[in-house]
Amino acid sequence: MTTPRTPSTQPRTPGGAGSGSRAAVLARVRAALRDVPATERPEDVPVSRDYRRSHLDDDPARRLAVLHENLVDYRASVHPATPGAVAATVARLLAERGSASCVVPPGLPEEWLAELGDGVEVLRDDPAGRPLGAERLDAVDAVLTGCAVAVAETGTIVLDASAGQGRRVLTLIPDHHVCVVRADQVVASVPQALAVLDPTRPLTWISGPSATSDIELDRVEGVHGPRRLDVILVHADGDAPPAP
Amino acid sequence: MPAFPTFPKAAREATGNAQLRHNLRKATGTIRGKRAAVVAELDDWAELRRAGKQIKERTLRHLDTYLEQVEAAVIAAGGTVHWAADAAEANRIVTDLVRATGERDVIKVKSMATQEIGLNEALAEAGITAYETDLAELIVQLGDDRPSHILVPAIHRNRSEVREIFRDRMGEWGRPAPDDLTDEPADLAAAARRHLRERFLSSKVAISGANFLVAETGTAVVVESEGNGRMCLTLPETLISVVGIEKIVPTWADLEVFLQLLPRSSTGERMNPYTSTWTGTTAADGAGDGPGTFHLVLLDNGRTDTLADTVGRQALRCIRCSACLNVCPVYERAGGHAYGSVYPGPIGAILTPQLRGTADPLDASLPYASSLCGACYEVCPVAIDIPEVLVHLRERVVQGDAEHPRAKGHLAERVAMRAARTLLDSPRLLGAAQRAGIATRRLHPGRLPGPGAAWTDTRDLPQFPDESFRDWWARRSAAGEGAPAAPAAPARPTPEAGQTPEAGNAPASGDTPSTTPTSAPEERK
Ligand code: SF4
Repeated sequence: MTTPRTPSTQPRTPGGAGSGSRAAVLARVRAALRDVPATERPEDVPVSRDYRRSHLDDDPARRLAVLHENLVDYRASVHPATPGAVAATVARLLAERGSASCVVPPGLPEEWLAELGDGVEVLRDDPAGRPLGAERLDAVDAVLTGCAVAVAETGTIVLDASAGQGRRVLTLIPDHHVCVVRADQVVASVPQALAVLDPTRPLTWISGPSATSDIELDRVEGVHGPRRLDVILVHADGDAPPAP
Repeated sequence: MPAFPTFPKAAREATGNAQLRHNLRKATGTIRGKRAAVVAELDDWAELRRAGKQIKERTLRHLDTYLEQVEAAVIAAGGTVHWAADAAEANRIVTDLVRATGERDVIKVKSMATQEIGLNEALAEAGITAYETDLAELIVQLGDDRPSHILVPAIHRNRSEVREIFRDRMGEWGRPAPDDLTDEPADLAAAARRHLRERFLSSKVAISGANFLVAETGTAVVVESEGNGRMCLTLPETLISVVGIEKIVPTWADLEVFLQLLPRSSTGERMNPYTSTWTGTTAADGAGDGPGTFHLVLLDNGRTDTLADTVGRQALRCIRCSACLNVCPVYERAGGHAYGSVYPGPIGAILTPQLRGTADPLDASLPYASSLCGACYEVCPVAIDIPEVLVHLRERVVQGDAEHPRAKGHLAERVAMRAARTLLDSPRLLGAAQRAGIATRRLHPGRLPGPGAAWTDTRDLPQFPDESFRDWWARRSAAGEGAPAAPAAPARPTPEAGQTPEAGNAPASGDTPSTTPTSAPEERK
């Protein structure tokens, strides 16, 4: 290529100094688009939005059931619970997996920890004060969080690092992730999820535990992220637990 | 990049490799089936596909606007934006950025763009080691190998090969493989986990690509399965993302289309295990969540040349799902290495010659690496008419093209066509050539020498008949019929590239979606 340019690694602002290749690339883009009429605006290029906003009926019970089914299909474990039973379920899951230590983010409802026995060490992450280092987290067995939203159609849980979810690193390093999903956080579809999420927050979408199919296409769970994902699905008292 | 053989030569070697063919057949067949099942779950797939195509079309037709928009958004979110006209410049920018941190090691998320520009090699020259963290890329890197598939780059390796590579090479790169390593995939994955964990926890700089870049918000998106992407995007202090300028989507809401199209087309899942999005730096919220320094390198490297071709432009819609590879009969037999590019399969056959030009014989051979069966177009989630672009590029290769000076023309083919024209124009010469061909036919090799070799590498040379049609006609009419007419269908005098009888599935000309967005052809329903 023969385009003259000024090698520069300095931060550039639009139109600022040292923007050699910026100008060159933009000029090439404009030259390449000679066929586009000068009067055409982006909105003039049609985009039909006649795809569905959701593939499910607007039935909350059905939404929960589909979420449950799809989570299980992606080898997460799902545990329906009433609000009053969350603490007992958390304690049971940590015990079942032999998780002796558990990290929790700030803003997590205290009552979820109420039934943990003395055998479980609870570490509290304090991002503003003394955040836990990666090395420390590497020695922790489990993490307990809430979520921002869950997508039924795809079996996905989305974390946005707000209260009760914490920094992304918390759900990344420990091997066992227990995630509490309230029924009112469940949406049907990807379009509905994006509509309620804030793009300026760091988002992590999780669909089942870490997995790879790189060796002869055999699916293996847990290469680098948590190898176990337990989802506690909380429906309101009195509602029937969702059945897949 | 090493010098690659032309597609036909590489394909001939690959098709002789029974293990490779077996692995590929199994892989492509499995993924194909999963894809079909999850696509069938959505009864609005055709509408999603059309929207995906149209959003990308809108972006490409106004790419300058969106590039400026994404730049402003990233800067506003605390990031730094760099522009790279070509591979050398991108490599220089990244190398300088890494040097400025004082680090000698970087961890990498699998990224086609950084493979395209040969970043690892450039960093190595500068004394910086880049560690690939995707399991398949790790296998490729430890094995001194090249990726062969977009999605499953080490699919040409079987489990015992992987075990050998891990045992022999892991120790040179970091934590060695355990002595009792078996060839069970779970065991191999566990070895990779242990090998890479200390690397993740100690690295200060990560390099990634992005699947999407949202113009409106400056948000970058990485879609993955293993968690290595999350590791790279979360743990290091500095993140450098190298992103092709075609990866932009205009708005946050547009992701609703692509986050449905991509995983279902790619791995055949409703959603991939992990998707991470980040907007600039995350230091601003005080949580120290993710990189404190973020550099975005916007990469051209031939993309604007591709954009300039109103037919070929549609290749820039590609979201690298690899669905077209998995349905391609040529890819299934030849394997990814034969394409001599990080972009294999049907998309590679149209993207590589456009990004790199067709001056190189390998790149000029790529538009022929297809049967034009059209299966790739059927599965493409953004409806890229790959057969149309293939045919278009073949024209460019044959003729050379003043508009695209990088397309020098396919020399062997032009020579052959000229020879053929001379022969066909002269009944006397043609007759002599045919008779010479017949007389020497016992001596004919199975393969042609010289510039014709590429053609016979993937085809058997047709047998000459015992007698030419002209001679047969002349003999028959010698009985009193008078002078015979010139034969209508002469034997092919010089079999050459491009003269293959093809199943005609090329779309009608005039069906050029990228030039006429308002009169797009009917979508698959
Ligand atoms: S060309 Fe289409 S099918 Fe092929 S990788 Fe790109 S988006 Fe997927």
